[in-house]
Amino acid sequence: MSVAANVSAGAHAHDEHHEHKENFITKYIFSTDHKMIGKQFLLTGMLWALIGGFLSVIFRLQLGFPEMKLEWLRPLLGEWIQVDGSLDPEFYLALVTMHGTIMVFFVLTAGLSGTFSNFLIPLQIGARDMASGFMNMLSYWFFFLSSVIMLTSLFIETGPAAGGWVVYPPLSALPQAIQGSGLGMTLWLVAMVFFIVSSLLGGINYIATVINLRTKGMSFSRLPLTIWAFFLTAVIGLLSFPVLFAAALLLVFDRSFGTSFYLSDIYIQGEALPNMGGSPILYQHLFWFLGHPEVYIVLLPALGITSEIIATNSRKPIFGYKAMIISMLGITVLSFVVWAHHMFVSGLNPFLGSIFMFLTLIIAVPSAVKVFNYLTTLWKGNIIFTPAMLFSIGLVSFFISGGLTGIFLGNSAIDIQLHDTYFVVAHFHLVMGSASFFGLMAGVYHWFPKMFGKMMDAKLGYIHFWLTFVGVYMVFFPMHYIGIAGFPRRYYSWSNFEFANSFTDLNMFVSVAAILTFVAQFVFLFNFFWSMYRGKKAPLNPWRSNTLEWTTPLEPVHGNWPGEIPTVYRWPYDYSKPGAEEDFIPQTVPYSQTPESNLPHEQQFVDEEREDAADDVVVANEHKH
Amino acid sequence: MSIDKINTVEEAEQPLSMHPQKFALWLFIVTVVMLFAAMTSAYIVRQGEGNWLIFDLPTLFYVNSGIIILSSATMHWAYTAAQKDNLGQVKLAMWLTTVLGFAFLVGQWEAWGVLVDADLFFVGSNISASFLYVITGLHAVHLISGVIFLIIVLISSYKYKVHSKNMTRMEMCVTYWHFLGGLWIYLFVFLLLNH
Ligand code: HEM
Ligand SMILES: [Cu+2]
Repeated sequence: MSVAANVSAGAHAHDEHHEHKENFITKYIFSTDHKMIGKQFLLTGMLWALIGGFLSVIFRLQLGFPEMKLEWLRPLLGEWIQVDGSLDPEFYLALVTMHGTIMVFFVLTAGLSGTFSNFLIPLQIGARDMASGFMNMLSYWFFFLSSVIMLTSLFIETGPAAGGWVVYPPLSALPQAIQGSGLGMTLWLVAMVFFIVSSLLGGINYIATVINLRTKGMSFSRLPLTIWAFFLTAVIGLLSFPVLFAAALLLVFDRSFGTSFYLSDIYIQGEALPNMGGSPILYQHLFWFLGHPEVYIVLLPALGITSEIIATNSRKPIFGYKAMIISMLGITVLSFVVWAHHMFVSGLNPFLGSIFMFLTLIIAVPSAVKVFNYLTTLWKGNIIFTPAMLFSIGLVSFFISGGLTGIFLGNSAIDIQLHDTYFVVAHFHLVMGSASFFGLMAGVYHWFPKMFGKMMDAKLGYIHFWLTFVGVYMVFFPMHYIGIAGFPRRYYSWSNFEFANSFTDLNMFVSVAAILTFVAQFVFLFNFFWSMYRGKKAPLNPWRSNTLEWTTPLEPVHGNWPGEIPTVYRWPYDYSKPGAEEDFIPQTVPYSQTPESNLPHEQQFVDEEREDAADDVVVANEHKH
Repeated sequence: MSIDKINTVEEAEQPLSMHPQKFALWLFIVTVVMLFAAMTSAYIVRQGEGNWLIFDLPTLFYVNSGIIILSSATMHWAYTAAQKDNLGQVKLAMWLTTVLGFAFLVGQWEAWGVLVDADLFFVGSNISASFLYVITGLHAVHLISGVIFLIIVLISSYKYKVHSKNMTRMEMCVTYWHFLGGLWIYLFVFLLLNH
C-alpha cells in the first residue's frame, strides 16, 4: 500500500516541482492552474457586470425620466449627451446593445461557466488540473483580448454596435445605416470571434476533463449535479458556437467585402444598393441556432450550482438525482430544435411555426421536473439559510415566474401580440438574466471559502440578497404589464404615443427600482473584497458538504491534493442518512465504515470495496518484489 | 467514524482514459463539423428561396479530389511505416503527403481561377457563387492548418521523434488529415448534388 502510494506520488512529482518556479507572472497572470484561471474569469466577469449594469442605469434614466437633463454625464459620455441635455437616440440603441452583449456573453457565459467550470470541475471530480492547462490559459486570454476589444468599442467616436445584441442585418450590415454599424460593429464582430475561440477552448477542456480525468470510483452516476450541468453546458457550447461563427463570418463578408448573403433590395435615402439575392432571415436562423442554446449555456450552470447548494443546505439528498440528469439531457437536446420560436413573426411558414411551438412547449416538461425536484428537496428539509441558499431559492423563484411566461410566448398566436414588447424583456430577464445571476451569486457565496480560504460576511450577504431579490421583482414584474399594454422594446422614448401616458409612473417606478438594485450590488462588492483580506478564516468544510473539493487543504496548491487523490465510494448526496452519526457522509467514506447507515442494497458495495482493497494489497506486494 | 479522515487508497485510476490531446482533437473536429453543417444548411435554406444561379463546377475539383484521396493513402503509409519503425519510409511518405497537400491547395486556387474566368465572382455574381467561394475557402483554411501539422510531424520525424513508441503526434496527424480529406469529399458531393 505504501509503495503504491509512493509510486503514484512519483507520477505527480512533476506537479509539485512547479511550486518552485512560480513567480508573480506565472502565478497570477499567465497561470495554468485551473483555480487561478477560474478566479481570473470571476474578477473579469464582475468588472463586466458593473459596466453592463451601469449602462442599463443610463438607459433606464432615459426611459423612466425622458425629460431629464443628463448634462452631468457629459464628462463621461461627451457628445452622446446632446446640446439640450438629452441622450442621443442612436447612443440609446448602442447602450441597449452593449448591455445585452455584455450581460449574455461576458458576464453570464464567461463569468459564470468560466469561473465555476474551471474552479469546480477538477476539484469535484478529483483531478489535479484540467486536461490541458495551457489551453485553459489560452481560453482566458482570448476572453481577455475579446474583452479589451469590446471595451474599446465603447469609447470610439462613432460609438459601439447598436443593432441589438442579436445584431440582425441589414441594420448591422450597412455602415451607412446608423453610426453604430460602422467601426463599432466591426469591433463587435472581431471581439465575438475571439470570444467564440475562448469558449470553444474552454469547452473542449471541460469535456475532456470530465470524461477522462475522474478519480477512482467517480462514475457518472456519482458525479455531483454541478459537474453534470457544466459538462452539458460545454457540449451545448461546442455544438452551437461554431454556428454563430458561421453567421458572423458571412456578416463580415457582407460588411467588408460587398457580398450579399443577407442583403437584398435595399434603398437608402432613395438610392438602391447593388446587393441582390441575400436573405436576412438566413441570418436569423443561424443566429438563433446559437441564440437559443445560448440561453441554456447561461442557465444550466446556475441550475447545477443550485442543485448542489439546495441539497447541502436542506441537509437532504437531492430529490430525483436521475430525473435531474435526464431533464438536463432533455433540455440539452431540445435546446437545439426550438430556435425558430424567436422568429414567429419573421414571415415564417405558420405550419413550421406550429412545429416549433410544439417543440418549445415540450421544454416546459424537463423545466417543470427540475422545479419540482428543487421544491421537493426543500420540503421538510432542515433548511440552513446561508446567503448561498437564499440566492439558490431565489433562482428557483425566478425560474418559475419567468418560465411560466415562456409558455405564453411559446404559443405562436400569442407571440404575434407579445413579440418584441417589454413582456419578452420581462420573461428573459427573470428566467435567464436574474436566475443565472442568482446562480452566479449563490456560487460565489458558497465557494468563496474554497477560493480564498476566508468566510464572507453572512449579514451583508442577507442584506444583499433581500435588496436584490425584492429589487429584481420590482424591476421586472411591472414590465409584464407594460409589455401587454404594447410597449415595444428598443424604443428610445414613448412620450409621443398617447397610450403611453398612463404608464409614465410605472416606468419611473421601474427605473428607480433598477437604480436601487444596482446600488445594492456594492454591498456585495464590499463584502467580497473585504472578506478576501479581513474575512474570518474558513473551516475546512464550512457547509458540512459531501463533495470532494472540501477534502483539499484550505487553500489548495497547484495539483489540489498534496498527497494522493481521494477515492470516491458513494454519490454526493448522502445527507441525513438514517442511522448515520452525522447528517452528512462525504463521498470519500467507504460503505464498509458506515455499517450503521447502509441500506440493504448497499451491503453489496462493501464486498466490492473489500475486493478492491485486496487487489491493492496484491499490487503493493508485487511492487515490493 | 471521524469525518475528516480522508480515505486514500492509491492514485486515481482514470475511468475512461483516452489521451487528453487526442480527445481534444476529436472535440475540435466536432466544432469543424458544426461549422460546415451550418454553412451547408445555410446554403440549402438560401437555395430554397430561389434566385439561384446554376453553373457547372470546375472539373478541376475532380482532380483535386483525386489528389486528396491519394494524400490520405500516403498518410496512411507514413503511419504504418512509423509503426514498423521504418524511418526512411516515414519521411518519404510524409514528404509525399505534404506535397500532395500543397498540390491540393494550388489546385483549389486554380479552380477559383476557372470560376473567375467564367465570370463567377465572390462579390457581384449570384449568391450561389459566393457560397461556393466561402465553403471551399473555409475548407482550404482548415487544410492549411492540416499542412502545418504535416510539416510539424515531418520535422519531428527528422529528429527521430516519430516511431512505434511515440505515436501520439502521428496518430493525431493521421486523424486530422483523414478528416480533412473526408470533409472535402463530403463538400464536393454536397456541391455536386445541390448546385
Ligand atoms: C418554459 C420554457 C421557455 C419557453 C417556452 C420560452 C419561450 C420563449 C419564446 C417563445 C421567446 C420569444 C419571444 C419573442 O421574441 O417574441 C423567448 C424569448 C427569450 N427567452 Fe425564453 N422560453 C423558455 C425558457 C427560457 C429560458 C430557460 C431562458 C434562459 C435561460 C430563456 C431566455 C430567453 C431570451 C433571452 C429571450 C429573448 C431573446 C430576444 O428576443 O432577445 N427562455 N422565450
Ligand atoms: Cu429561445
